[in-house]
Amino acid sequence: MSKLTLGDLDLIREQTKDIIADPDVIRLMICGGTGCHATGSIKVKQTLFEEIEKRGLSDKVKIVETGCNGFCALGPLLVVQPEGIFYVKLKSEDIPELIEEQIINNTPVKRLLFKDPATKKRVAKQDDISFFANQMPRALRNKGLIDPEKIDDYIARDGYVGIVKVLKEMKPVDIIEQMTASCLRGRGGAGFPTGMKWDFARKSEGNTKYVLCNADEGDPGAFMDRSILEADPHCVLEGMTIAAKAINAEKGYIYCRTEYQLAIKRLKIAIEQAKEYGLLGKNILNTGFDFDVEIYQGAGAFVCGEETALMRSIEGKRGMPRPRPPFPAHKGLWEKPSILNNVETFSNVPQIMINVGNWYASVGTETSKGTKVFALSGDVNNIGLVEVPMGTTLRSLVFDIGGGISNKRKFKAVQLGGPSGGCVPEHLLDTPVGYEEIAKIGAIMGSGGAIVMNDKTCMVDMARFFMDFIQDESCGKCTPCREGTLRMLQILEKICDGKGEPKDIKNLEELSHVIHQSALCGLGQTAANPVLSALKYFRDEFDAHINEKICPAKRCVSMLKFEVDPDLCKKCGLCFKSCPADAITWKKKEVAVIDKDKCVKCMSCFDKCKFDSIF
Amino acid sequence: MTCFIQPHHEDITQDMWQKIDAVIKDNKDISGAIITALRQCQDIVNYLPCELIDYIADGMNLPRSEVFGVASFYSLFSLKPKGRHTIKVCTGTACYVKGIREVINRIEGEFKLKEGGTTDDRRFSLEGVRCLGACGLAPVMVVGEDTHGDIAAENVIQSLEDYK
Repeated sequence: MSKLTLGDLDLIREQTKDIIADPDVIRLMICGGTGCHATGSIKVKQTLFEEIEKRGLSDKVKIVETGCNGFCALGPLLVVQPEGIFYVKLKSEDIPELIEEQIINNTPVKRLLFKDPATKKRVAKQDDISFFANQMPRALRNKGLIDPEKIDDYIARDGYVGIVKVLKEMKPVDIIEQMTASCLRGRGGAGFPTGMKWDFARKSEGNTKYVLCNADEGDPGAFMDRSILEADPHCVLEGMTIAAKAINAEKGYIYCRTEYQLAIKRLKIAIEQAKEYGLLGKNILNTGFDFDVEIYQGAGAFVCGEETALMRSIEGKRGMPRPRPPFPAHKGLWEKPSILNNVETFSNVPQIMINVGNWYASVGTETSKGTKVFALSGDVNNIGLVEVPMGTTLRSLVFDIGGGISNKRKFKAVQLGGPSGGCVPEHLLDTPVGYEEIAKIGAIMGSGGAIVMNDKTCMVDMARFFMDFIQDESCGKCTPCREGTLRMLQILEKICDGKGEPKDIKNLEELSHVIHQSALCGLGQTAANPVLSALKYFRDEFDAHINEKICPAKRCVSMLKFEVDPDLCKKCGLCFKSCPADAITWKKKEVAVIDKDKCVKCMSCFDKCKFDSIF
Repeated sequence: MTCFIQPHHEDITQDMWQKIDAVIKDNKDISGAIITALRQCQDIVNYLPCELIDYIADGMNLPRSEVFGVASFYSLFSLKPKGRHTIKVCTGTACYVKGIREVINRIEGEFKLKEGGTTDDRRFSLEGVRCLGACGLAPVMVVGEDTHGDIAAENVIQSLEDYK
């Protein structure tokens, strides 16, 4: 394929749009994200092909493997277009019936449709499911709608319109003006205004500059960047190219987690295709502008999400942060001016160029504009990726979109911002999402992980969990983080072990303060946040652990007796069936008994018991 | 070009040495490529013995101390031999909330190994990894290339039986 001109691009767009809009063709959009691959979508896709072939429907039905749809817990997913009928948890065995009923008889197969957890009714159309209905997809606008391995599909969805506009009509200052007007702030967590960051780099002197994309999504519980790269890799490339034009860079790197092999594969294909079309590489669209992108695989270090550490890592060194200034906009990768934005930030850029900055800023709160993608997970009914306008309340996120708490348990907290964030309790759920709004209640927006926890979660144990994470991932360069987090972890372990003392709380607070004041980088400075927020909102649980040696949520093993309360036991035998060590004796209509000599304290019975009768 | 003598190592075959030399040749003139080279060599040998790290350092014309520093910094690199199957258990928040700790305890108890360790017969290595980004399937473990979602302490051993 020879390189394209602007006219060719428009032609491809129109032709592909016609193919997609063909009313006589049914399109089966099978989700091909990591989640659905793991639950068997590849096999389902294969069966679909065979069944369609067998029935001679190949002309009438097309199968498209899309990127991550976002509703990951219910995979493998299939959406029948153009009607938008939404199928969940498909198995190969279901396919003949699905083809017979849905395609030939045009009646949805009820048993394979989504079941609303609240109303218990089956919902046929994707748009009618509350999980999707309350979203505003911008960064995720192409998820589930295109084949990520086909550039033409992206082009048909207004892909590469942004870069054409930029190269034809806009100067670097114009790009920055639109970015500033959009009020887009870094979606990786810190929320630095993107337009301002680019402007610093634009003004920096030097012939060699770099555009870096942070795809080292390290926050546990956040998977939006993986999803975007898997579902829509071209929009990230287009966003990076626009940034390159704005600061006059010729080279870009995408620093991607090595765990994200599917994302890397799709990115490689996307880069190859964009180069073939002349949308990347030398002399882009014959405008004389050069920009090339390379993928760099990380090697597993959480601290490499910090910008200066990430740059050291690309240079082939240990990923350790360095003090700023100088800021990367002046001295970044290989001491050259560089900008670093994360995947979600870049994916918003093409739309901002097409629709102008004010459009993007038309939704949101006073200081946080546009939309934000959250990865909703944990003890919530609807697990997956959601994109909502800034200003949406956390309650709406958890209960409207998330569909409430699973297994009839009670809500306890939602954890925002990963290991730098905090837990938000019930009474603050009406807080709107926004950088300042979330920070005010002791958490941070972070990259958008939102892990919902039910009343069986021990908040002291969660504080210990995050401190264990930080301690493990501390790069060791500065003493406050390396030593301070270890001391905090030891104190928290002691409390969870039933050996806490009243002075521990004061020590935790004091250490938190010192680490926050003196650590070198963001990882250390925010390391104590999960502990501080847990102390602030769940102090009673700390007190119960320390003073009464009780874990109210019954999670801390050393404080549990592994006995059955005969008053609460409903004699159902679930604990007996779940015990891997044969330590439970039970007969019908009798209270279960746990043999402590045989018990391996695996907690299986605690998880299975619906009546909280084991203590 | 200087010729480096390949040290004898019981876990590295002649065939592997040839592949290692090719990796070094491909990466030696690219600045910052040491992490890529280490990753590719680890893929060949399945871990990075110290002798190999020194060999790569010499081949890439970098100080041995620096390369060892890099190899020991990143969690992807293992300086100890790994089992035939690596069990990666996700220790991200969503998996933790959903009970991965109990799953890990069960695996550790059944196969007599600790997180970060390998069984004596080199059948399994157990690694805790930070969030695999598959929170929708929590709790998650990955064995080799296979992702197992929604695992529980009571069924995890059964899921591992097929990996001999």
